[in-house]
Amino acid sequence: MSSQDIPEENLPAEQAAEHGHGAVSLADEKHPFADPGLPPHEHRIQDVDERAAKRSERTVALLFTISMLATIGFIASYVGIPHDKSIFVFPLGHINALNFALGITLGVALFAIGAGAVHWARTLMSDAEVADERHPIEAPPEVRAKVHADFKQGAKESAIGRRKLIRNTMFGALTLVPLSGVMLLRDLGPLPHSSLRHTLWAKGKRLVNMNTNLPLRPEDVAVGSLTFAKPDGLEETNESFQEEIAKAALMIVRLQPENIKDKRELDWSHQGIVAYSKICTHVGCPISLYEQQTHHVLCPCHQSTFDLSDGARVIFGPAGHALPQLRIGVDSEGYLQALGDFEEPVGPAFWERG
Amino acid sequence: MSTTASNTNASGGGRSRGPAPAGERLADWADGRLGIYSLAKSNMRKIFPDHWSFMLGEVCLYSFIIIILTGVYLTLFFHPSMNEVVYHGSYVPLQGQLMSEAFNSTLHISFEVRGGLLIRQIHHWAALIFLAGMFVHMMRVFFTGAFRKPREVNWLFGFLLFVLGMFTGFTGYSLPDDLLSGTGVRFMEGAILSVPIVGTYLSFFLFGGQFPGHDFVARFYSIHILLLPGIMLGLLVAHLILVFYHKHTQFAGPGKTNNNVVGMPLLPVYMAKAGGFFFLVFGVIAAIAAIAQINPIWAIGPYRPDQVSTGAQPDWYMGFSEGLIRVMPGWEINFWGHTLVLGVFIPLIIFPLVLVAIAVYPFIEAWVTGDRREHHILDRPRNAPTRTAFGAAWISWYFVLLIGGGNDLWATHFHLSINAITWFVRISFFVVPVITFVVTKRVCLGLQRRDKDKVLHGRESGIIKRLPHGEFIEVHEPLSQEQLYTLTAHEQYEPVELGPTVDENGVERKIKGSQKLRAKLSNAYYGEDNQIQKPTVEEYREITSGHGHH
Repeated sequence: MSSQDIPEENLPAEQAAEHGHGAVSLADEKHPFADPGLPPHEHRIQDVDERAAKRSERTVALLFTISMLATIGFIASYVGIPHDKSIFVFPLGHINALNFALGITLGVALFAIGAGAVHWARTLMSDAEVADERHPIEAPPEVRAKVHADFKQGAKESAIGRRKLIRNTMFGALTLVPLSGVMLLRDLGPLPHSSLRHTLWAKGKRLVNMNTNLPLRPEDVAVGSLTFAKPDGLEETNESFQEEIAKAALMIVRLQPENIKDKRELDWSHQGIVAYSKICTHVGCPISLYEQQTHHVLCPCHQSTFDLSDGARVIFGPAGHALPQLRIGVDSEGYLQALGDFEEPVGPAFWERG
Repeated sequence: MSTTASNTNASGGGRSRGPAPAGERLADWADGRLGIYSLAKSNMRKIFPDHWSFMLGEVCLYSFIIIILTGVYLTLFFHPSMNEVVYHGSYVPLQGQLMSEAFNSTLHISFEVRGGLLIRQIHHWAALIFLAGMFVHMMRVFFTGAFRKPREVNWLFGFLLFVLGMFTGFTGYSLPDDLLSGTGVRFMEGAILSVPIVGTYLSFFLFGGQFPGHDFVARFYSIHILLLPGIMLGLLVAHLILVFYHKHTQFAGPGKTNNNVVGMPLLPVYMAKAGGFFFLVFGVIAAIAAIAQINPIWAIGPYRPDQVSTGAQPDWYMGFSEGLIRVMPGWEINFWGHTLVLGVFIPLIIFPLVLVAIAVYPFIEAWVTGDRREHHILDRPRNAPTRTAFGAAWISWYFVLLIGGGNDLWATHFHLSINAITWFVRISFFVVPVITFVVTKRVCLGLQRRDKDKVLHGRESGIIKRLPHGEFIEVHEPLSQEQLYTLTAHEQYEPVELGPTVDENGVERKIKGSQKLRAKLSNAYYGEDNQIQKPTVEEYREITSGHGHH
């Protein structure tokens, strides 16, 4: 058991003196009130009344029994409940019956074991508090001296300090050898080259409606609607569909030509129909919210807002530059077509973007 | 020295006939080969102090075990492949749709494997609880000063576990290749692209080419199930070994000193309590997984880089990075054909700095105090006002960023303007931590004053007494010796003095800038206005021995 008073050497003032560290200057009386020592152990009812202890025993046994029953319930649910059955459970609503039954039975089976063990520990195992001695983590001075001496002896025997040539070439070899590992990472991917600058759009590519998979005519684009388009020939089943659509995704809206404030935007539009990259210039989320009245589009990820009637410039949010516009026109059969690729890279900015 | 044979014969006065029981013989066998008795000698009856807050670390340990168990089960069914397949499973709304094998197999786990959905949900819920547990556990360690010598290294181990846990969680919830997590991966790609000079290359190497490519699920998979958990398991074991080696901290109290540890023994009490607690945690998480849906990927759909849903949010522990990127103004600098994407790159830099700010704190405090002693008695947060104020300021900073990360949800749920919330977060990022610091420090000092009053004047008894001359007073009851000791057990540092600026010969002494800074900080920590001096015995005697004291 612990001592009744703190031994002198435990007082911080003493310790500070021992370590000889001036910064920890301590007032004269660090502990104005003496430590009265551990309070006497108080008996629980289970310690003195065997009937109470018996009750605790039965409670623990009951909890363990509930766990066993719950596990049987788990097995029965697994075997008996079809995996697609749904049930109504208040207040959760309609939920999957099997998931609910398995989870609850497993939860009860586990929780009851825990509750039993904790109740056992709290009511029947000794709750007398005991004190353990602590020992300083740092080694006593003689051990420290011995280790230092051993190390010096070992270093001396290796002659690493004396034979500098060995030491330096060894460091050189150890520095170089991980380079092999770094080299091996090279084939994780191809070099970017100019791939981020190009999309599938090219002169004469028709704009295909993303939903109907049909080429778009100017009359298909109504005022106030937001239409998503992809380049003709790009199909979901293509090997590289995801990479291509990640750059080529297009949104089309029809504005009144007199509402278009930006001159270049007007030049690149067709009868007020403008086509912009759908990929946000912030970190690449697809823009999907369009406000008809203001002609603003909003990225739902980080709320960058662009004004489509003014060259898609950023009016709010973290995006750094306007959405790239695609120059469009109509081909001989009256379908909307691209008049070239985007003139600047789409999507998030990067070092080589310029 | 001892051999198993002689042990068997010599052991036990009570049992002199027949061979030893099987368990004992097995233990002897193991001891002869593993030396388990020496290990058990110091550890079997090891003393653990009791306090509810010591449970928080256990929650982390157990949820980690639960994650490993359920994660291994999930690998039996999950296909980490981005090959496109057509869905033919039992979830009707998605039938006929193209999706990656990763998404397809996750649907299979959720709809066809009996109990698969439960295990998936336990895995995900346990991950959220693991991270939340680590966060709260870290705060417990921080506010009680448990990180002080000799536990600084263990603080760093714990910090690394928290950071690695974040990335393990991120790579984990990205695996199903659903629309929500794919959006998060795209965010990450955009952030990598913003890195000057090497960003584009890093992105191409990580994704095996252009985003999204066909590789990242398989790569994230090996990171998620092997690389990061492997490192974490190592750190976790080291963390626990150090906890055992250092022995547990304890709060000040009668009989509890810096040189002992008071509590109950591992065998049997903590074996039962801690072992039982594992089942309690597991049971509660299983029940949560039964009733609370998490990440219903079938409702979200497979990933397409040109589609997105509103209200896209990462898991909570990534929320503060989301906040950083949402509220940062979109600065971009173009020069000589290059672009410096500050609007994304600055948040990417601040993201680790937010975490590092709290990680390095123990070393800063140790430098300011210059204290090289071991500390095993925990501080009450009020008795370390500057530390507590710093911690509270850090938490407020973190939560401001969490609000920023969910600015769209705040806007839609509380009918607020998104612009207003964004501006609120931009300003709060700088202002709120300062206010929190000042307020917390005041509160701590107020609580210290109250403790001092309690020691000197006793506790309010609630009894009103009328004196002969008509005055009403409240009777104060003096505290017990235990309470007096506990309330005054903390020690108080004194601020570092720089000393005279000239030495004894009148020559100007050189004082380094770092020393000046240290003296300043020390004064901010322990100066006259920054802590309330503990009552002294003289003060106490003066008041208690005196006349008509109330």
